[in-house]
Amino acid sequence: MAMNRKKKSKIEVAFIYVFFVFMFIIIGYPLLWTVMMSINPGSNMLVTQLIPDNPTFEHYKWLFTNENSDYVTWYKNSLGVAVANSIGSVILTSFVAYAFSRYKFIGKKYGLYMFLLLQMFPALMGMVALYIMLTTIGLTDSLVGLTIIYLGGQIPFNAWLVKGYFDTIPRELDEAAKIDGAGHLRIFWTIMLPLAKPILAVVALFNFMAPFMDFLLPRIVLTSPEKYTLALGLYNFINDQFSTNFTRFSAGAILIAVPIALVFLLLQRYLIGGLTAGATKG
Amino acid sequence: MASQKKKFDLSQRRNIATILSIIPGIGQFYNRRIMKGVLLLLISSAFLIATWDYIDIGIWGLFTLGTVPREHHSIQLLIQGFISLIVLAFAIAIYAYNLMDARKDAIAIENGKPNPTLLQGIRDFYNNGFPYFMVLPGLGMLLFIVVLPLMFMVALAFTNYNQYNAPPRKLLDWVGFDNFVNLVNIDIWQDTFVNVFTWTIIWTVVATTLQIVLGLFLALLVNDKRIKFKRTIRTVFILPWAVPAFVSILIFSALFNPTFGAINRDILSQFNLMIPWLSDPFWAKIALIMIQTWLGFPFVFALFTGVLQSVPADMYEAAEIDGSTRWQKFQFITLPHILFATAPLLIMQYAQNFNNFNIIYLFNEGLPAVRGQNAGGTDILISWVYKLTFETNNYNMAAAITIIMGIIVMGFAFYQFRKTASFKEEGRY
Repeated sequence: MAMNRKKKSKIEVAFIYVFFVFMFIIIGYPLLWTVMMSINPGSNMLVTQLIPDNPTFEHYKWLFTNENSDYVTWYKNSLGVAVANSIGSVILTSFVAYAFSRYKFIGKKYGLYMFLLLQMFPALMGMVALYIMLTTIGLTDSLVGLTIIYLGGQIPFNAWLVKGYFDTIPRELDEAAKIDGAGHLRIFWTIMLPLAKPILAVVALFNFMAPFMDFLLPRIVLTSPEKYTLALGLYNFINDQFSTNFTRFSAGAILIAVPIALVFLLLQRYLIGGLTAGATKG
Repeated sequence: MASQKKKFDLSQRRNIATILSIIPGIGQFYNRRIMKGVLLLLISSAFLIATWDYIDIGIWGLFTLGTVPREHHSIQLLIQGFISLIVLAFAIAIYAYNLMDARKDAIAIENGKPNPTLLQGIRDFYNNGFPYFMVLPGLGMLLFIVVLPLMFMVALAFTNYNQYNAPPRKLLDWVGFDNFVNLVNIDIWQDTFVNVFTWTIIWTVVATTLQIVLGLFLALLVNDKRIKFKRTIRTVFILPWAVPAFVSILIFSALFNPTFGAINRDILSQFNLMIPWLSDPFWAKIALIMIQTWLGFPFVFALFTGVLQSVPADMYEAAEIDGSTRWQKFQFITLPHILFATAPLLIMQYAQNFNNFNIIYLFNEGLPAVRGQNAGGTDILISWVYKLTFETNNYNMAAAITIIMGIIVMGFAFYQFRKTASFKEEGRY
């Protein structure tokens, strides 16, 4: 009887592993395929091979050295928007979250409702209007405009996230500091911010990555190729002539995806922690 | 004194101060808070001088949308109108503050408190105003970048703004609920709306449920005591989430391409199959659902993996002593525990897929085209709205559909409100 049960358990575990291997293939195949595409010579999709006979880095080289390639410009644009967005979002949201977490003021409760409601609305709903507004006042094709829109759009979600984290910092800490004569900003600067570093890091990181991943908003706001961000530029690689530039797209995509994926894998634990803490506390 | 309190008594200092500050600052002068009075008077008169014309035209424009074609630009007037409303709201808030402030100071004088020194006054102002200063920059950006476009969108739904009726050549009019009526009454709109709406619901329910079920299933399996290499396995399962979605979707779009895509060419050809993934609506939908499951399950997986570790082990032990089966343990311990902890986030997943523009548009641009309707076969509401706006400039219909979507999203949000614990503690402070 005991023997039988052990055997059954072993078979079960074997099945689980088989299923895992199956999942690995499904997850890995598209990713591997992209890597292989990027080192295939030529650009004709019909003759590409999964494992090329003579792999080449010509597409990577093209992106950085060819005079027709705007890849480096796009990288710079994205980086600029990303840095500004990352710093700006931490400042804006930590201010808002601090007030919502520690102070009593008129409209506080409705403010919280507003944040919750607004983060449910996809950016696109407002974007159509934003597009009409931008064209009407002639403020399109500007990286600054793009950054400002990102900054405003991230507030509801992130303020909520950071507020949830601030709430978990014991109130006794800032009350003690207040008795010692510390002012509002001093408490914010010397107590709240250092203790909230993990969640602020998450906010900074995700707002840093957003401009690298988003293609929709740049597509609406930006029109000239030298202003493009990476996602938009890459999209246009294959949008124009799908079958001819896919190998190049693969190379460009890998150069974005690898760093982002690495950072992401390192930090995803904090994000999950922050999400569940903010949503289920109490 | 106490007996008179209920009646409005003009001889009371607090009432005189309040009435005087109908002109901002005068009440403060009466309270001998000269600096504050001067400041309030200056700010309010500067505000009136600077914005009077703008607000006047804005509010007028909001009602009329202009009266002379080419000279009046309805859209600009509409935007100006909404900005005026926001500015006006701030003005009213400051005005209300002025009234309350004068009254408060007067009460303090009635009670015989000495007027604070200038320095002290500034300090009080800073202390009381601090949360407002902190919120103001964020609130301002939120209002102009998120709320203003949403208000503008709602307004568009009640105008006749489309390709043929566009400013500055023509003026727009308020048309009431005409756009909504057309959506239901005009055949082509009605057919398209019904088809797109049905597919949106199916898409949301099926794709989201699949990704949740797969995520849950894998989380349970990896969590099993007998499984080794847990860290590695988890890392691989999170990979699809880590790769930027737009890259994965474009890759899948190529993989599913009927002529050169690897799925038909390398895999299905072994079985002599050719599936028209992109040109047949049915197969395109199947492909989309499969891709979204691939993209979406890692988040759920990571979430559940985190929560599963917090299920108290003694509950399982107790259940084992009672002789529960594995299914019973899952049903009565694991499932309630993880659902309780994650329900709001799962609801968010449904809301996100309901509005998942990226996958629909990047995979196939909502195509293939379908006869007798002005949306593609795989278009969901939001990608249809995108097309109506950017391709055919049917702004009014796009806005009307957006409002319908907004109402549905609010349904999700309403559920979220009730579930979210943060509100429950509001009473504490």
